[in-house]
Amino acid sequence: MSTRRIALTVNGTRHEAEAPVRQHLGDFLRGTLGLTGTHLGCEHGVCGACTVLLDGRAIRACLVLAVQAEDRAVTTVEGLAPSPEALHPLQAAFCANHGLQCGFCTPGMLTTLEEFLRDCPDPTEEEVRVAISGNLCRCTGYDSIVAATMEAARAMREAAA
Amino acid sequence: MNAQSPHQPGAGRLVGRDVPRVEDSALIRGRGRYVDDIAPPGLLHAAFLRSPHAHAAIRGIEAVAARALPGVHAVLTLAELGPHLTDTRLVVALPSPAYRLELHRPVLADAEVTHVGEAVAVVIADTRAIAEDAAALVEVDYDPLPAVADCVAALEPGAPIAHSGAASNLAAELTLEYGAVDAAFATAPHRFAERLSIHRGGSHSIECRGVLARHDPLDDRLTVWSSTQTPHTARRMLCDLLGLPEEGVRVVTPDVGGGFGPKLIFYPEEVVVALAARLLARPVKWIEDRAEHFIATTQERDQLWDVELATDGEGRILAVRGQMIHDHGAYTARGVNVPQGAVSAMPLAYVVPAFRVAMKVAATNKVPVTPVRGAGQPQGVFAMERLLDRAARELNLDRAEIRRRNLVPGDRMPYATPLKTRGGMQVVLDSGDYPRCMAMALEAAGWDAFPERQRAALAQGRHTGIGVANYVEGTGRGPFEHVSVRIEPSGRIVVATGAAAMGQSTHTMLAQLVAEHLGGDMSRVHVIAGDTAAAPMGIGGSNSRQAVLAGSSAHAAALRVKDKVLHVAAGLLEADEGDLEIEGDAVRVKGVPEMKVTLAAIARAVAGAPGFAIPGGRGPGLIAAEEVVIDAMAYANGTAVAEVEVDAETGEARILALTFSHDCGNALHPRIVDGQLMGGIAHGIGNALFEHMRYDEEAQPTSTTLADYLLVTATEMPPVRILHMQSPTPLNPLGIKGVGEAGVIPVPAAIAAAIEDALSPFRAHVTRVPLSPVDIVALIDPAAAA
Repeated sequence: MSTRRIALTVNGTRHEAEAPVRQHLGDFLRGTLGLTGTHLGCEHGVCGACTVLLDGRAIRACLVLAVQAEDRAVTTVEGLAPSPEALHPLQAAFCANHGLQCGFCTPGMLTTLEEFLRDCPDPTEEEVRVAISGNLCRCTGYDSIVAATMEAARAMREAAA
Repeated sequence: MNAQSPHQPGAGRLVGRDVPRVEDSALIRGRGRYVDDIAPPGLLHAAFLRSPHAHAAIRGIEAVAARALPGVHAVLTLAELGPHLTDTRLVVALPSPAYRLELHRPVLADAEVTHVGEAVAVVIADTRAIAEDAAALVEVDYDPLPAVADCVAALEPGAPIAHSGAASNLAAELTLEYGAVDAAFATAPHRFAERLSIHRGGSHSIECRGVLARHDPLDDRLTVWSSTQTPHTARRMLCDLLGLPEEGVRVVTPDVGGGFGPKLIFYPEEVVVALAARLLARPVKWIEDRAEHFIATTQERDQLWDVELATDGEGRILAVRGQMIHDHGAYTARGVNVPQGAVSAMPLAYVVPAFRVAMKVAATNKVPVTPVRGAGQPQGVFAMERLLDRAARELNLDRAEIRRRNLVPGDRMPYATPLKTRGGMQVVLDSGDYPRCMAMALEAAGWDAFPERQRAALAQGRHTGIGVANYVEGTGRGPFEHVSVRIEPSGRIVVATGAAAMGQSTHTMLAQLVAEHLGGDMSRVHVIAGDTAAAPMGIGGSNSRQAVLAGSSAHAAALRVKDKVLHVAAGLLEADEGDLEIEGDAVRVKGVPEMKVTLAAIARAVAGAPGFAIPGGRGPGLIAAEEVVIDAMAYANGTAVAEVEVDAETGEARILALTFSHDCGNALHPRIVDGQLMGGIAHGIGNALFEHMRYDEEAQPTSTTLADYLLVTATEMPPVRILHMQSPTPLNPLGIKGVGEAGVIPVPAAIAAAIEDALSPFRAHVTRVPLSPVDIVALIDPAAAA
């Protein structure tokens, strides 16, 4: 099976590794780099669990080949918090609002919403719903995730002010 | 969601409060450990070769090319595995006299495949990708046989037979009955009959299934990590099949990304992976992908109900009778509990003097059916509520009024029904006030004023409707769950249980209950759930049971440890036990905080030293294990009211509001209760409008991606209002009832009723779920529309 050596930045750290050319980014992050926070829920681009940021934009790691991430910057759930102890405001708000139960969809929700709040720092609840409408959650019924996002957006606006 | 803060009169320092979840810290950072996150050195990967046919004879399996592929370590069929197994079938059926066919699932199919997705062989390779490449090189010589897809057609004479060795497709038959049914019907002034077609789909936890096995040849010991809801059952099955003693198999459930029922089943993949690891002396992992989940993980599916209701002139129920046909799938992977649970749920909320529903369980060439969140109860509730709506319409009664006249009244609690559970125990509704609970929902939903809203909407050309449905749910199925509580000499509190967590906050629940009595600091409590090495016995997660059973055992064990802690501390502090309290990491004299002894010191004191007496005189250690036995189920109840708007042109149904009142007794953690309900409600909306596991006439599945099989997303969720009533059950010391499945149960029935109401100008008659836009358009009578 043909492989290629690729270099990319993940969560601020430069990595060089061999990747089978047919391997998707999700398998590369999880298997080769050991970053298992990114979860694979369907591997056909519908559930959104594997969402990561590629050069700041939310993409499905199951629909992008690892070799396509050559020389680009990837952010996964492990890279959202400013430090190992602290939490990103979205992470703190998810905990405070019971925005996660089993936690499997959570990394994809967080990365999707990180991008969304950068583009739309003062959203309506409806806009939040649309933003996560490509992320499936079977546990929460979504309302607690929406509430958490509104709270995080408030906190982020206040911190920026 | 606009959840009222529940009144929690019995709240303790932690119990009954919205304390932070102990699960969140790791999961929110991406540091959870799900089964696919575990990668021991030397790991190999498995891929299963699955049948593309719904029914076929296997004439031969040729794996030379697959075995020759570089990176492949083994291709295993039943021929290779059989000699290492005590049985080549999974005998997992719950006991019942109802079975007419023995449909034990094979470990791997060798002579015949009976559904698309049935595993035929496994490839073990260096990577999953190579394993899948090799699986594609295995040549199976199939001889296709006639397949049966539809459960109703399956029972007709001349139908194709799902299993070629069987005489018919009647897998089981049973009847639930009491009272003089036919006499009641013979004299009843009103009889209403309905034919209802009720479909439910799969669980679709966002994490599919997975199993990883590692064999330690030094001790001949297997460790199996499985995303199972029932680790102790899995251990027993593995011990039985592999002929190993219990200490030879450890089953661990790591973090589990949702269960919702199908993960309680023991699957062929679990034993195949475990055996492969043993044979190859390498760790082996198999992770189900979503495509496999659609065809290899058990699901719920179709039921056809022909049911009839007899009432008096005032709409009071005199009797219910009928038949139900249930799609069982190709094997008995659990039992007849889904149809039985469906029919049992049907009369439960109401005073039904006489009842008889006969069930026929049909084998089909489809994935086996086992419980999905709700486990048949949404279907039984749907049948009852549709009949009541029909009776109300024909008797010209308000749909809420007919329910008021028939709900089990609050002053008759506890109410002994003539029903029996599957274990033969009488169903006694233990507590609650169903009419009051329904009244709460009706009031909050603005039921009485709805006709005005409806007229106003119609004047604008908008078709709106409202529907109500009640449920009573048997929760907390016994007999027990094991919990031990131990204070280590470090002062750390360790709680170990047979309960298994799959996202429903089990660790938080147990830490709360134990810390409540042992110092109030949950961060000092370490919970081990779902590890057979940590708990000698266990039943696991199903039936909204773990808070009730494991919670009760944790509570009892914590109280015993507390009692001993205070007794020993009293001696060490030379104080009266009654003057002591446990606070944080120490026992102290109330009002004299400097007079204290740490839990660590107490634990060390009673750990014993050779030749010295144990302080306190009550034996060594600070440990208590409990298996509180509770056979009777705690019956929770509730009401859903849905208000919808239907676009008569496109068939789109939009839920404008959903009001849900319920009574699960005391709430250990109100926010978690709301979370469980909301998840269930979303699932119920899916069952009402979106989720449909489709097969064609040849039993080929046709909804095999999440783009075809629609799960509810955030934009489909309506405004939801949850209202709480709290009638503590007398059946357990905490006064709690299960809540994990409640949300899903009445929602399809309420939405169906609301759609029918919205389309009443078109004489729509709703007799099925799910209702896609196509189905809704078909409900409209063009003559009436004109």
